[in-house]
Order: sequence, then C-alpha cells, then structure tokens
Amino acid sequence: MTEAILSTVDLTRRFGGLVAVSKVSVDLRVGEVHAVIGPNGAGKTTLTNLLSGDLAPTSGEIRYAGADLAGLPSHRISRMGIGRSYQKTNIFLPFSVFENCRLAAQSRTPHAWRAFSRAPGFRDINRQAEAAMEAAGLARRRDRVAATLSHGEQRQLEIAMCLATSPRVLLLDEPLAGMGPHESQRMVELIKQLSEGHAIMLIEHDMDAVFAVAHRLTVMVNGEVIESGTPAEVRNSPAVQLAYLGGEDNLHG
Amino acid sequence: MHAHGRMLNAILIAAVVALAAFPLAGSTFYTQLITKIMIMAIFAMSLDLLVGYTGLVSFGHAAFFGLAGYALALMVPKYEAASLWWTLPAAMAACAAFALVTGALVLRTRGIFFIMVTLAFAQMLFFVFHDTKFGGGSDGIYIYNKPHLKLGETALLDLEKLDHFYYLVLVLLVAVYLVLRRILGSTFGHALVGIKVNEHRMRALGFPAFRYKLAAYVISGALAGMSGYLAAVQFGFVNPEIISWHQSGAVLMMVILGGMGTLYGPAIGAFAFVMMQELFSNQAWFGAYAKHWQLAMGVTIILVALYLPQGLSGLLQKFGRRKEAAEAEHD
Amino acid sequence: MDFAFFLIQLLNGLQYGLLLFLVASGLTLIFGIMGIINLAHGSFYMVGAYLAWSLASMTGSLAAAILLGVVLTVLLGVALEWLLIRRLYERDHLYQVLLTYGLILVFEEMRSILWGDDVHGVPVPALLAHSIPLTENLSYPVYRLVISGVCLLLALGMYLLIARTRLGMMIRAGSSNRDMVQSLGINIRLIYTLIFALGVALAAFAGMINAPLSSVFPNMGGGVLIICFVVVVIGGIGSVKGALVASLLIGLAETFGQVLVPEVAGMIVYLLMAAVLVWRPEGLFRKL
Repeated sequence: MTEAILSTVDLTRRFGGLVAVSKVSVDLRVGEVHAVIGPNGAGKTTLTNLLSGDLAPTSGEIRYAGADLAGLPSHRISRMGIGRSYQKTNIFLPFSVFENCRLAAQSRTPHAWRAFSRAPGFRDINRQAEAAMEAAGLARRRDRVAATLSHGEQRQLEIAMCLATSPRVLLLDEPLAGMGPHESQRMVELIKQLSEGHAIMLIEHDMDAVFAVAHRLTVMVNGEVIESGTPAEVRNSPAVQLAYLGGEDNLHG
Repeated sequence: MHAHGRMLNAILIAAVVALAAFPLAGSTFYTQLITKIMIMAIFAMSLDLLVGYTGLVSFGHAAFFGLAGYALALMVPKYEAASLWWTLPAAMAACAAFALVTGALVLRTRGIFFIMVTLAFAQMLFFVFHDTKFGGGSDGIYIYNKPHLKLGETALLDLEKLDHFYYLVLVLLVAVYLVLRRILGSTFGHALVGIKVNEHRMRALGFPAFRYKLAAYVISGALAGMSGYLAAVQFGFVNPEIISWHQSGAVLMMVILGGMGTLYGPAIGAFAFVMMQELFSNQAWFGAYAKHWQLAMGVTIILVALYLPQGLSGLLQKFGRRKEAAEAEHD
Repeated sequence: MDFAFFLIQLLNGLQYGLLLFLVASGLTLIFGIMGIINLAHGSFYMVGAYLAWSLASMTGSLAAAILLGVVLTVLLGVALEWLLIRRLYERDHLYQVLLTYGLILVFEEMRSILWGDDVHGVPVPALLAHSIPLTENLSYPVYRLVISGVCLLLALGMYLLIARTRLGMMIRAGSSNRDMVQSLGINIRLIYTLIFALGVALAAFAGMINAPLSSVFPNMGGGVLIICFVVVVIGGIGSVKGALVASLLIGLAETFGQVLVPEVAGMIVYLLMAAVLVWRPEGLFRKL
C-alpha cells in the first residue's frame, strides 16, 4: 500500500456546544478514492471545510507533505496542492468557461502579480486551462458563459477549475448533487479517471456512485467516524447497518 | 466584441483629439472648466478600479484627493516654486502609504462595514487637517507658487499659463487611462475582477485575495492622489473641504453616473457631473434658486440610483446593441 | 481634576453617549433588519432639531413642539419608506449609498429654503432651567439630567419592545431569516415600514431634545451621522446592545478627550475604531 499523502489525526471542530467533527482520522492516498458517507448533518462538509482551510479546526492535525495544515488560510492550502469543489456550485457565473479555468490556472503561476503584462498572452496558463476543460469534458463549451451552462455542466466546471490548479489532492463535495442519471454516469467515469493521478476524498449521497468508484469508505454519524475500511468491510459492518442504514436498507441502493 | 473594442478606441481617440484642440477655440473660462473636469475624471477613474473592478465601494476616496493636495501645499516653500518632478511622486507616495496603512485596516471588513469605515477614516483625516495648526485649520493653506517643470535648466511647461497646465492634465489623463487599462488587462487585473465576482472561490483557488485588494487600494489611492495634486495646483489653495464626505459622495456619483467598470464611463460621469453643477448653479437660468443647486443635484442622484444603475455608458451600450440588432435584421 | 469636575465630565459623556445611542440604534436596526445602509440618517437628526426650533417658537412650548415633531417625523419616515427606501431592498449597497446621499442634499437644501441658513438657539423649558449645585462654583444643569433620563427610558423601552413583544419577536425573526418570516405569513413589508419610521423618529427626537444644548445650525446632521457610523462599526452591525455600549464608550472618550487632550480630541473616536478593527473586525457584539 502506498503511503498516505494527507492524513488527519483526531481532527475536531466545535461550533459553540455542538461538536460538528469529533476526533476524525482519515488517510488519503494517491490513486485512491476515499468516500466519506453519512446522513445529513454528519459533519462531512465541515470535514471538507477543515481540510480546505475554509474553517480552522478546534483541535487535531492535518498532516500533508510533512507539514501541519491545521489553521492555514484556504489560499495557502490550495497552493500546496489541495483543490476542492463545492456542494453548492461556486463558479464565476458571468465569465466564460475558459476564463473560469484560466483564472484557476493563473493562481498557480508567479505571473499573477505582473500588473503590466496582458493576461491572455500567457501560453502556459492557457494550455493548463485547456487541458483542465478537456479532462472535465467541457472543451466544447469553451466560450459559453458559465451562467448559461446546464446544472450538470456547471458541476463539471467546478471540477475543471479544481483541476486547472493542478492539485494532488481533490476534495469533491457532492459532485453528483442535482444531476440526472446520464450526467451522473459521466461524472462517475470522470472521477474514476481522475483517481489515477490524484488522491480523492469524495463526499456523496448516491450510494451507487460511491460503490462504483470508492476504494475506501469512511462512515460518519454525528461528527464521529463509526466505521472505516474497504467497501466490502463497510457493507458488512453491523455498526453501519444499525446506525446509518437503519438495519434493512442495503448499500446497493 | 472586437468590433465593439475598435469602435470604442476610435471614439476615445477622437475625444482626445477634440480635447487637445479645445484650448485653441475655447475661452479662458471653458479651458479652466475642462481642466477641472479632466482632473475629476482622473479621480473618478481611480475610484472605478475599486468600485467597478474590485467590488470595493469606498465612501472615503476624498481622503487621498485631499491628502495629496495638502502634501503639495506643505512641500511648496512659501516664496519659490517647487519642482513637479519630485513633488508629484512624493504626493502620490504619501497617498500610497496612507492607503497601505488604512487599507490594511478597512480591508478587514466587507460590504456595508467597508463603506462606513472608509468614510470614517476619511473623516479622521479631515479632522487632522481641520484641528491642527500645521494644516492651517479650517482656512487651509495657500499655494502661492505653482510647481515648475524643468529639464535641466530649460522650463518645459509654465504651469501659471492656463493652456500649459491644460495640456499637462490632458497628458496625465490619457496616461492614467492607459495604465489602468493595461493593469486591468493583466493577470493581476483579471484576478481583481474575479475577486469582485466571487471572492470566496478566488481564495479557494489559491489567490491571496486580501493582498490583491490591498494592492488595488494602494494603486487607486496613489492615482486619486495625482488628481488631488493637480486640483490643488489649479485652485492654488487647499482646505479641509476637499476631504469632506461630500467630495467622496460626488466622485462616487461620477463613477455611477458615467457607468462603473468601464474606465471611460467615470470620465464621462465627471464631465456630466461638473456640467450639471454649472447648469444648476446658473443664476441666469435659475435665478434665486441657483444657490440651491444642490437640491437639483440631490434629485438627480436619486433618479440615477433608481433608474440608471448602469450609468450613461450603459445607456449608450444598450442603444448601440439595439442598433446592431436592427442592422443585423436588415442583412 | 477634582471629583466634582470629573463627575460633571462623566455625566456629560454619558448624556452625549445616550443621545448618540438614539440615533445609532435606528441606524443599526435599519441595517440589521432591512439590510439598508442609510446615509440620510443624520439628516433626520437635523430635521428634528429644526422642527423643535420652529415649532417651539410657534407654539411657545418645547414639549408641544416635540410631541408634534415626533408625529410629523414618523409620517416622514413612513412616506420615505413607501416612496424610496422600498425600492432599495433588493439592490446593491452601492445604490443605497447613492440614493440616501442624494437624500442628504435634498434635505439640506430644503432646510435652507424653508428655514434659512442661520444658527438658532432654542431655550430650555423654564421648568427645567435650573442647575444642581455640586460645589461652591460648580453646578450641573437639570436639563442634561432629564435628557439622560429620557434616553435611558427609551433604551429600556426598546429593549422591552425587542425582547418581550410580539412585534419584537417578528423583528428578531426577520433579522435572522427573512424568507421564514415571509412564509409564516407575517407582513414583513409592514415591519420594515415600522422599523424605518421608528428609526427616523428616534433620530429626529434626539435632534429635538438636544436642540436647547447644541443650538440649531446647517449641516448639523453630517457630524452626527459619521460618529454614529463609528458607533455601529464598534458595536457590531445590527446589534442594539452593541450600539448602546459603543455609544457610551464614544460619548465618554470624546468628552474626556476634549478635556484632557484637546489637540487630538477629534481623532480619538477614529483611533478607537481602528483599534476595534484590528482586534475584532466584526465589532464587539453580534446581532440584537
């Protein structure tokens, strides 16, 4: 087994009296999709926000490439190679698909601070943006204004922007939310492809999709991890059956 | 899009040519008036960088305008003229420094807080000059000698002369426009617009948004300082009124009236605003009510806020688009 | 500084702070609940002061002038909300700033046309025109104490209104979740109109009761407005409790500043604000 690129140790976040994430330890490995599942309010999105720097943890560590990321601002974490997509589509609506990706790619370059060189002239940035659009299957929509894309395409754009920052870790927060079956299928294929060069944390409610792509699963309930392991282990875990699935429901969906 | 851009450039070049020719035909009064308008246009364009492109609604922009004026007044010796070569950069640097310090504070806030805090800091500066001796109190300071502009021993321009000053302002106006356009076309400028549209996502993508906003704030402050310096040269004195919040309100009005986020729009706005002032305070037309010209300005501002959110340039663009569409139908 | 002198400054500072609270609480409520930044709020203070002066000289009684003035300014508030403010709810703050700035110019010029540009004094009502002796040569005017008392009563009234009444419940609900209130069938439009009118009346009332102390003069609203912005920034936007604490803080800081360090007194409140921005950029308190 390869070594974990990102791992949390007893990561905890409190909001006043509420413990949204309680002593969570997860490992992410390159080449692996690690799905985090659990009922609404289990603390999955909070966990993502802690990893991406949108929130600072109350206690615990986030180990990544020899450093502790806990409490760093989101832009620093992003620059260290951790990209995320959002549950609620979070893109630049008035810009074209290409410009969305170009901005994302631009964030990686030292050119960003050159106030006097024309932005569209940087070939490496443009190439990176094109590649991200290609990878996310949006090349045909290059010049469309993001606001006019379909919901599914906007979700794809979320991922494309994430990719344009050339991350090693991808945090995908419900990438299938609100998608039709056809669009979902495409997204699942995309995640499968991406898992090859990336460490992926996937938060998702669609169990079909989860079991189609995940190499490893963590189940959260009320902020705590109740089970973690391979899909087969989780499927057969009595704790999971009881707490999350209400006994009879099956994980095949 | 490209046709639109070329059309715009052609119009702008024509406008600059017309401005360059104006002193040849215009009277003293109008040459002075247009000089004042061009100075206000620089002021308004500098604010557009914040309001129109970075999404920062500053209601304290007069702070920079006034600070530069006071900087000049304090730098000029009483009985001789100072050199423009160092007083202008020094005044702008003072504004940049003030922007850096206050920006680091005000940019910790956002939205409505930002509006209030920028206003409050401008007011603080107002009191600095109003309440202290070195600022000359509420009377202000006279600038008896206009700065000179020499290369070696030869005078390039004599700023006491109306038309010399006019051309200096025109050159600076064009330069500021070009510099801002260049900045906005750069990766840095694109990042600013990204911050205006969705700051949260920009941070998630790895942009240190705070530093970008601070840089924009400093650039904007320095350019506003240039306009304040020129205004102080033109009028020959400074007093606390140039920092008052009415000045900040006026320049914000120019930006909206002309159309924010276009650069040339705020310049049009400055023109329209100053012309309206002249019109409403015209005694020949409005008689005893001319002294209440602010009433008409107030009503105009309210109407613009309600019915012309994209400003005059938005109106022109709409008209242009309709015409384009009509022509397309004919083809 | 001996004790009597200190006491006088303390009372002055508290009285000034409480007066600021009347203006600032309306400002912060209008923002916190309606999402509107209202630059014209200082103009209502000015309108109040001028109403007190002109109505008092007409009726001969400040009390009658205040009573009449409150009725008039409530009507003014309702009319403004109906005609203009209502159109701003969905708009960017930028346009709120612009429109309410335009209103300032309109109010200031209307004042100039209707009432002229002179400075006027307003006599303290005879009943209250006494002083309480503190030492042999220091005394404290009763009228200032009355102002503080009235302001305190109003602050208490606002607390009860927000914490204990049905309207207060709707206000609290409305500030945290507009859609929910709407879906409960509460008429949010009416609440907005009431809040705005309340804010206008409070600011105008402050101008009226303070008119005998401050006298009445052009552009008197501007200074009050900006200080109230500082109050709101320090106290936390939308927080009435924060407005009270910050008003008192600023009232005391400015009063003592003028006595102790007169050269920089004008800047003290802004330095205070800068310090709060460094320490707590969201202000001292959150929400009501």
